[in-house]
Amino acid sequence: MKKFIYMDNHATTPVDPRVFEAMKPYFMEDFGNAASRTHVFGWRAAEAVKIAREQIARLINAEPDEIIFTSGATESDNLAIKGVAAAYAEKGNHIITCQTEHKAVLDSCKRLETQGCTVTYLPVGRDGRVDPAQLRAAITDRTILITIMFANNEIGTIHPIAEIGQIAKEHGILFHCDAVQALGKVPCDVQALGIDLLSISAHKMYGPKGIGALYVRRRKPRVKLVPIIDGGGHERGMRSGTLNVPGIVGLGKACDICREEMALESARLAALRDKLQNYLMTHLDEVYVNGSIEHRLPNCLNMSFAYVEGESLMMGLDDVAVSSGSACTSATLEPSYVLRALGVPVELAHSSIRFGLGRFNTEAEVDYVAEKMVGVVKRLREMSPLYEMAKRGVDLSTVDWGDHGHAQGGHGHSH
Amino acid sequence: MYSQKVMDLFQNPKNVGSFDEGTPNIGTGVVGSPACGDVMQLQIKVNEQGIIEDARFKTFGCGSAIASASLATEWLKGKTLDEALKIKNIEIAKELELPPIKVHCSVLAEDAIRGAIEDYQKRRGTG
Repeated sequence: MKKFIYMDNHATTPVDPRVFEAMKPYFMEDFGNAASRTHVFGWRAAEAVKIAREQIARLINAEPDEIIFTSGATESDNLAIKGVAAAYAEKGNHIITCQTEHKAVLDSCKRLETQGCTVTYLPVGRDGRVDPAQLRAAITDRTILITIMFANNEIGTIHPIAEIGQIAKEHGILFHCDAVQALGKVPCDVQALGIDLLSISAHKMYGPKGIGALYVRRRKPRVKLVPIIDGGGHERGMRSGTLNVPGIVGLGKACDICREEMALESARLAALRDKLQNYLMTHLDEVYVNGSIEHRLPNCLNMSFAYVEGESLMMGLDDVAVSSGSACTSATLEPSYVLRALGVPVELAHSSIRFGLGRFNTEAEVDYVAEKMVGVVKRLREMSPLYEMAKRGVDLSTVDWGDHGHAQGGHGHSH
Repeated sequence: MYSQKVMDLFQNPKNVGSFDEGTPNIGTGVVGSPACGDVMQLQIKVNEQGIIEDARFKTFGCGSAIASASLATEWLKGKTLDEALKIKNIEIAKELELPPIKVHCSVLAEDAIRGAIEDYQKRRGTG
């Protein structure tokens, strides 16, 4: 069977064998309901959950009772944003976020706009970061929440989180941070960074799918949330529903491994990422790194390969799993809104590939992908009318492309 | 999501390349735009009898756009201009088993065929 290389670790990660081992007993032997207080089955489950809560809290420098378990980061984002909006409705109705947030944040904000909230979507610079001065200027006396992600999922760009936390604190505004991509890759201390709510996902850090958490600050200030799921009053009433004990154990173990191994692992991945980036940049002309080079996750490389389209690049990389911001890979036929927000020209957004390195990638795999990628780009450029025109000296930005594709082609694209 | 035919044509496309646009018996059609993520260039070489004796393409686009253009060049060879104009996108889509979201790639190929023929006729003054 053909061997496939997985290099899409921002989408999801495999479960670490150590995580899987830790989870195993909680399916069949210690299967109890953590809310059963009257017998040993419940006590064992509750003890496992308690340990996991401590492991998670330790990774982010929080207290165990500040960890609320959810089904994943989408739910965590929804709970944080909608829960704060409802709980603080008397104080205000204005939320500040950013154009390159994950859809779980953007669509939660859009929902709230239909319910009387106003939302400011901050732009980002060419490097993908929000400008703290623009954030400061957007604050009004009705602002109740700032929600900005730690690191972007497409380009790996890390926002100025400490500065954002400081600004939020100065104004007495809550700061929610979706840290899904950053956790386990870079240090994340909710005290030092002034974060009040933090979204966590297990399956981006070698834990299982279907489990996540929301850190909710209990002291200075004590954050209030109106739950979005009602029921048995689990998780301090913020999130009802029987706890997913094996998932929680897995998330806890995943956090523990990350805390212990993050420094070494991130250094290794950054070196591999840089090797890949340097190889591609020295063997190909007109390739561009998207997002900040300086403020970037160690495992992320997002590049545009001019004159070739992303989906065809991925077809060429037929034994490598990566992703692209090309329209052809999305259901909507729109190129990446994240790259567009950076000001990446739309044709280069179509030409982008995201390499997401992870714990189980080897140097041999990186070398293989680097070489293969150069071959694929060269082959597709030989096939590209744009590359031919550019080599003839035609300035593609001055070409009148007419409207063929739309009027006659009936593309269904919209701009 | 792609048929074996698309995969094969993507890996081994037929008739990649370009003719010199200055030659009078060449017609060139360029459709799409970089902003849309597809640009297809299709060229025909027409002989004295009005038969398309050769065809070439270059494509910036996804795998199905490349396969659609490649298939179009194969179908064009040996056809008269009138016959070539009868090639419909739906036949290309059917032959390549394109999923619905990729049917526009076959539309682009049909447009490129028309563009190339119109360009040829314009050059000949018969358009």
